[in-house]
Amino acid sequence: MTGTVLTIRQVDAYHAMTVVAPAIAERFRPGQFVAISVGGTGSPMLMRRGLPIHDVKPDYGGTVEFVFPADLPGAGWLAERRVRDSLDLVGPLGRPFPVPRDPVHCVLVGSGYGSAGLFMLADRLQQRGSRVDFVLGATSADRVFGALRARRMGQTATLATEDGSLGVRGRVTDVLPQVIEDARGDVVYACGPMAMLRTVAAVATEFAIPSQVAVREIVGCGTGVCMSCVLPVIGEDGITRMVRSCVEGPVFRGERLRFDDVGTIPFDALGAPGARGPVEGFRER
Amino acid sequence: MSADMRTRLSHVELPNPILTAAGCGGSGRELSVFYDVSRLGALTTPSITLAPRAGRPTPRTAETPSGVLNAVGAQGPGVDAFLTSDLPWLLQQGARAVVSIAGGSVAEFVELAKRLTEQPGVSVLEVNLSWPSMEDRGRPFAADASASAEVITAVRAAARFDVPVFAKLAPDVPDVVAIARACVAAGAEGLSLINTVPGMAIDVDAARPALAAVTGGLSGPAVRPLAVRCVWQVHAALPGVPIVGMGGVMTGRDALELILAGACAVAVGTANFQDPFACPRILRELEEALTARGIERAAEAIGLAHRPSERQPR
Repeated sequence: MTGTVLTIRQVDAYHAMTVVAPAIAERFRPGQFVAISVGGTGSPMLMRRGLPIHDVKPDYGGTVEFVFPADLPGAGWLAERRVRDSLDLVGPLGRPFPVPRDPVHCVLVGSGYGSAGLFMLADRLQQRGSRVDFVLGATSADRVFGALRARRMGQTATLATEDGSLGVRGRVTDVLPQVIEDARGDVVYACGPMAMLRTVAAVATEFAIPSQVAVREIVGCGTGVCMSCVLPVIGEDGITRMVRSCVEGPVFRGERLRFDDVGTIPFDALGAPGARGPVEGFRER
Repeated sequence: MSADMRTRLSHVELPNPILTAAGCGGSGRELSVFYDVSRLGALTTPSITLAPRAGRPTPRTAETPSGVLNAVGAQGPGVDAFLTSDLPWLLQQGARAVVSIAGGSVAEFVELAKRLTEQPGVSVLEVNLSWPSMEDRGRPFAADASASAEVITAVRAAARFDVPVFAKLAPDVPDVVAIARACVAAGAEGLSLINTVPGMAIDVDAARPALAAVTGGLSGPAVRPLAVRCVWQVHAALPGVPIVGMGGVMTGRDALELILAGACAVAVGTANFQDPFACPRILRELEEALTARGIERAAEAIGLAHRPSERQPR
């Protein structure tokens, strides 16, 4: 699918690009992502970059905006795109955030540019009469994405930076328990790096409330064919499977994702190496 | 005018020569979100194993210049789930299935060949010989002509008579023609060339291997010259044997290169990661490329680059 670049702007440490892509805008639901091809025709970079969608608007038939960090491989090429350039992007991909039918109190937690994936969700939740409280953070002030918008939209917006340059000194997960308590939160939604999602899920479990966490980095194809982005997830039947975060995610229930085992094949996962497994130390192709 | 794109893998006729490569088109369901998979010449399944496999730990993939390194470890549901779910689904779509099989021993290959061809539905069996042999301390079958031939003989005997057996060969051998000859002598009706090439990348910032499995298979345009060379050499030595060519095909022009080298069908692998519409696009581009050259039937282009040069000195 090809979109046309409408705007590209720098937002502190990140770039935000708006692309005219009616087919994606029309079908988008909060939590879904786009997979961007970088480098143009004949590019030496063959994998797509899966990025959270920040905004969807009806202008020009439908636009989507996504946010990317400067250290994303291929970010230099992306940032050099100009208005009216065409961009190869596929979406919307993945399963969206489940949204409660009835009004509840929702705490939305974002770290770095992962915050970008939360605003359309906040919008949807508020349309359904839910209360939304934001907790946003990053290592430093210039890496906190969307603080202003969070302040405008949320009942409250709590900011945290590790260097103390904005809001509270510390991590989002340090301030999260207090926010859940004050907001009488019923559910936590989060988007960010794996370590942060892990702590968010743990905090939610302590409060005995559900968490819906969205994996921020989708590496590979984004469509489920390359099998790169697998995570150990416990299914409805209690069996752990290696599931693809691009098609079965990027949103998972916090307590179902086995954070401690990310980067491994848990011994009890379906099809884990056993008596019939491969000879260790040798590769299969 | 549009070119006649039909091709044959042994006696199996395909409507066109563009296939997905094993492990690069998912079960077919993933790509069916983007296009009708019955438009493919055939869908090659990921390598089917007897038992379900969880695969390798992450990171499984690393991007390298014009290539992708992967060590997925054949994550898959196993032959039972494949037969009850994935294969019926493909057939229901009207798609043709080239089924890749992988086993750690000759007995496993035999069991797979039997199970998969008991019922009709499998168009071609593709034997993944790059799998490590448990009986030979993890050495791939494809590294050795006699080990390859042993597997092919057994699979040919076990599979139903009307299902062609294709041997998928590795390019990282001193003499790919010798392995190809051994497989054909052992009963393979055709050959698939090439599998990925072992490679490695190191994350320089972390000073650690980029893949959890340390090494992986390299694919993408970076390996295309290897594929062209293997297809060329094998077609020159065994001109009557159908070859499915694969290795870094990104465009219709790339597909034509492999056909000119001697492939009668072309499998698209890594391009599916880069572009979910890769296969139908490549098919369209190939058809345009043939038409532009005045070639009316795709079959006429097979091995065309082998014809003697017109300007040869007398």
